[in-house]
Amino acid sequence: MTDWVIEASGLTKIYRMGTQEVHALSGATVRIQRGEVVSIMGPSGSGKSTLMNILGCLDRPTGGEYILDGEVVSHLSSDQLAGIRNRKVGFVFQSFNLLPRATALSNVELPMRYAGVSKGRTQLAREALESVGLGDRMTHRPPELSGGQQQRVAIARALVNNPAIIMADEPTGNLDSKSGKEIMDLLLTLNRERGTTVIIVTHDPAVAAQTQRVIRLYDGLVVEEPA
Amino acid sequence: MNLWQAILEALESLSANKLRTGLTMLGIVIGVGAVIAMLAVGTGAQDTITGSISGLGSNLLFVFGGNFTEDIRIEKPLTLSDAEALADPFQAPSIAAVAPAIQGNGTVTFSGESTNTEITGITPQYELVRNYGLLEGEFINEEHVLGRASVVLLGPEVADKLFGRRDGITGEIVRISGQPFRVLGVLEPKGGSSFGSQDDLVLVPFTTAQTRLIRRSRERVDIILVQAVSAELVPQVSDEISQILRSRHRTELGADDFTIFTQQDFVATAQTITNVLTIFLGGIAAISLLVGGIGIMNIMLVSVTERTREIGLRKALGARKRDILIQFLTESSLLSLFGGLIGIGLGWLIAFIVGRIAASSGTPFNPVVGLDAVLLATLFSTAVGLFFGLYPANRAANLEPVEALRYE
Repeated sequence: MTDWVIEASGLTKIYRMGTQEVHALSGATVRIQRGEVVSIMGPSGSGKSTLMNILGCLDRPTGGEYILDGEVVSHLSSDQLAGIRNRKVGFVFQSFNLLPRATALSNVELPMRYAGVSKGRTQLAREALESVGLGDRMTHRPPELSGGQQQRVAIARALVNNPAIIMADEPTGNLDSKSGKEIMDLLLTLNRERGTTVIIVTHDPAVAAQTQRVIRLYDGLVVEEPA
Repeated sequence: MNLWQAILEALESLSANKLRTGLTMLGIVIGVGAVIAMLAVGTGAQDTITGSISGLGSNLLFVFGGNFTEDIRIEKPLTLSDAEALADPFQAPSIAAVAPAIQGNGTVTFSGESTNTEITGITPQYELVRNYGLLEGEFINEEHVLGRASVVLLGPEVADKLFGRRDGITGEIVRISGQPFRVLGVLEPKGGSSFGSQDDLVLVPFTTAQTRLIRRSRERVDIILVQAVSAELVPQVSDEISQILRSRHRTELGADDFTIFTQQDFVATAQTITNVLTIFLGGIAAISLLVGGIGIMNIMLVSVTERTREIGLRKALGARKRDILIQFLTESSLLSLFGGLIGIGLGWLIAFIVGRIAASSGTPFNPVVGLDAVLLATLFSTAVGLFFGLYPANRAANLEPVEALRYE
């Protein structure tokens, strides 16, 4: 029996733009096994971001069913989704999205604050930063770090609540090729060593080539999913 | 996320933009400062007035001629005989002492120095009911009254103005309206009052004033001071006076042609006036607090817009609506709480300066910053922050994470 961490079937998403309806997703079905490294590709307007937002529980589908880590999440309230994101999803963004005034350590602590963890928080954050190779930059603030280092802090932040999936949206998009490669290596290493499922949204074929499987989207539909 | 962390984060975020934080707080500082200063000055004024009224003497009633509230056809003035009747212990057992007086103004001169002051013609009982003390010399006695003696007691301010000192004056000759009077003594200071200084006056024997200075016909008096035996008997004394005067003036059926005030009446009237003033000024000050609150709302709205991406990120990381709401409400209430605390300090300072200015212009007056005013201001300013922070915070809490993250 296969252990699916993501089972989504017939996902649709309809936006209303004035009187017009825009079908961003028109029945996408996606299944991802626990421990996989998957990339999602597609031209702009293909529904790539919409799919990522729904799989990352940032948004709800208009129709279809979505089971994340054994829990049906397609019809939860926004506060319940916040709890799911907090426990089960780690986000890595293209533009890092760190709090500029907070130290690397408090940036990594942030998800634990919302999880209500109070004991040993600093210790866990330290360990997460050490695991991404930033043990010597704990008290630095984002403006004092290079792009690659900032993205490592973001990855540590994504890891710290032991999520079921890491959702990375163009994680190398704002980095030079050397740092980009280091970040990809880090994500793959984390997948190997910790077994974390990694989903990477990208339009860079070189990035997609490093993943085990590519999900291609076209006009709101999954066109190719070699399992 | 617990409250302490929320406070720490709010402090961090407020200190990141010091100028903006300071300017926003200024609105609350001025509002709270104005409220505190107004309340302090109002309370101080009330204390001063109440104090000066009780400084008049104790258990006093004041009887004036005429009716202050109703028109009467024939008005009989108060006379010395009225005063004598009131002093009769068989008719009025609750009355301890009666002191009739006539009052006027005149110029007192001494070797080139001159001052215009209040002249009161009195009987020896006046010392007792007004509770006067003397810095030197002796009080006016029966003999002075009977002999229409040309003697005068100087209030300390008059002594200051004419002699530049308050002792060694007894026996000097001053001139009142051009007539020579021998200084009998100097009164102890009573302190200022809002109705003018109680120390800027001279006292002369009743008969002397009547015949030579103020000139009242037919043993008429302006005021009769009556002292009750005890504070509890003041209402009863009021009744006794009414009965005696009604029968003497033959007005048992119609309206009274005299008016009785007790010290409590004066205190109550003064308190009503100062209360109205305090409420009025406090109300104006409260409007500036309201304006300060709107300033907070404005800045919080700007801050929410500026930090849309941050809010989106926090939501992506698992912040619920409540977490975001608390974050922004903490910021706005801290902003107004600090503003309030500084405002209390400012109000205190203003009240202190007002007190100093009053003291230097001759009216000793202590503004009182009460604990209740401080607590009220703290609570009220925090409430202003909460209230005006609610809308922006709610707006932040209801942002959609996807859209907030996409915001540039």
